[in-house]
Amino acid sequence: MRREIRLGWGLVAPALLWTAAFFVLPFAAMLALSFAHMEGRAVVQGFDAGNYIRAFTDWSQLKALINSVEITATVTVVSVLLAWPLAATIAWRVPARWQRLALLMAVLPFWTSYVVRSYSWLLVLGKTGVVNRGFALLGLGPFEMASTRFATVLGFTHFFVMLLTLTIYANLVQLSPNYARAAQDLGASRLRTLWHVILPLTLPGIVTGAFVTFVLCIGDYVTPQILGGNNELTLPQLIMLQMGRGGNFPMASALSVILMAVVTLAYGACAKWLRLDRL
Amino acid sequence: MTPRFPKTLTALALLATPALAEDQLNALVWCDHTDPALLEPFEKANNVKVNVKEYEGTAAGMAILDQSQPGDWDVMVVDSVDVHRLVEAKRLAPMPAEALPTADFFPELVMAQNNVIDGKTYAVTEKFGYNTISYDKTKVDPKDMEDLTTLTSGKYDGKIGIYDYYLPVLGLVALEKGIKTADISAANLDSLKDPLMALRKASKQVSDVTASQTALATGEVDILVGGGEWLTAVLAKDNPNLDWTIPKQGGLRWTQSIGVVEGAAHPDLALKFVQYIVSPEGQAALAQSSCYWGMPANKKAGDLLSPEAKTVLRWDQQPDYLARAQLYPIPDAATDTAMQDLWTAMLNQ
Repeated sequence: MRREIRLGWGLVAPALLWTAAFFVLPFAAMLALSFAHMEGRAVVQGFDAGNYIRAFTDWSQLKALINSVEITATVTVVSVLLAWPLAATIAWRVPARWQRLALLMAVLPFWTSYVVRSYSWLLVLGKTGVVNRGFALLGLGPFEMASTRFATVLGFTHFFVMLLTLTIYANLVQLSPNYARAAQDLGASRLRTLWHVILPLTLPGIVTGAFVTFVLCIGDYVTPQILGGNNELTLPQLIMLQMGRGGNFPMASALSVILMAVVTLAYGACAKWLRLDRL
Repeated sequence: MTPRFPKTLTALALLATPALAEDQLNALVWCDHTDPALLEPFEKANNVKVNVKEYEGTAAGMAILDQSQPGDWDVMVVDSVDVHRLVEAKRLAPMPAEALPTADFFPELVMAQNNVIDGKTYAVTEKFGYNTISYDKTKVDPKDMEDLTTLTSGKYDGKIGIYDYYLPVLGLVALEKGIKTADISAANLDSLKDPLMALRKASKQVSDVTASQTALATGEVDILVGGGEWLTAVLAKDNPNLDWTIPKQGGLRWTQSIGVVEGAAHPDLALKFVQYIVSPEGQAALAQSSCYWGMPANKKAGDLLSPEAKTVLRWDQQPDYLARAQLYPIPDAATDTAMQDLWTAMLNQ
């Protein structure tokens, strides 16, 4: 038994060491730094909650947090609404031999650079971009789409629909068709079957994908920076602003800890349904 | 038994730091120094490999130095207004002044007050340009661009982009209010708030270099506040309509310097690299770097630039431009923080 325990510890030791070295220790350092403060251009260590107080009382700082949560929530909901029907279509309507190709097509956007994809959207949504040119043919526009929150949400959604499609698809193909048959035998309409049987059973896939979307989206700097035109700041942009020339690492650390806390809250809200093994 | 753990750590540390071989030079630079056309002549002439790492923002550069071992970095490019900051942090080593061709420089670019401290030369100016107004001359009246107040008159609302760097843009706003950039302080910063917010209200976006270039080139905006030759020069061939000017209130002059890092592993080679960068050949290549163009500090580079390149750089207008442009503000820590806070409030208004 002791040998088995030792073997068990031996097997998990590399992962534990890795996590300790590259997550726990850096996070502890960041947490400690978040309670430091600046004197002139020098970081002074100590226990000062000033950075956190400022993050929640200075409107320009708090607004970045609100913007981040609003954008991330919008992206997550829109992505789920688009991904579920897409995943269901691939799982139920596309013949089995074509499903791989369909999934491949669904994840194609992952193959291009994230930055390049964001700049591409900027060109597509611009005044002289393909969308406005299309509207012009109909005698409409031009519409201001680039450098807006709409552009940021669109850029994010384009990426995350693909991710969610994969997690929901993985859930759907494991569902036995007998659930739907049983519900319909008992007199449920197709809509009721979908709402009361299928949807709840795919909840783990939806929540898993939604949680990953939330985590990646709220921590992303590139998309709002390129597509949002800096017309509103998100938390990662505010963190970068603190670093740049000023080097206010304590404030940047405090904002990073807040970002982490928001993600932890999201995890708490989803924990019941989370199935990260489905990723 | 010899402990293996420290050896493993040492090996990991070596992997994490720049190469230290004799024939390698490690340079902490801005993107214009990554152009092979600039580096290759030096590499071939000295049989050396120049490893470059880009950084943005002086604090970010200093953080990289903080996290490195002494000797990891040989040379560093820095905003000229921040040379003092690096020297105070003991990050730059003195160079022999006589080894640098500053006698061939535009006099305004020697900048001894920035590069020389207590009689020791810690850096040398290598490139400069202007943060002023870039515009599409087919879409705006060029005469309007000669006056900064036109930008907030309502005529160009929604057609303006702002370069995302608070120092030059706040400097331009100060010039509009008749405040010299050198006089900006925490005390008078409040007077810049309303004009800055008005400019923001009239603008469509606040963007970095690439997004600013894209916006101007695609017609997303017609005017770029904080732009200049560095923004339009690389676009000039495909977009001859793009132009820039220094308005009557003046513009800002940006300058970058280069120096040898304190404790450099290859100080002689590092000095040689600095000498190459400020030589006419190095200056001509740096001026036309693929990342962004800018005027060379060394006048003798003019002999190696084509007439077309000189036209794009406005070589002949430099005496007038230099007279009308002011240096970036050099804020103390408190003013710098106040300026950043104002900038953040402007972005999130």
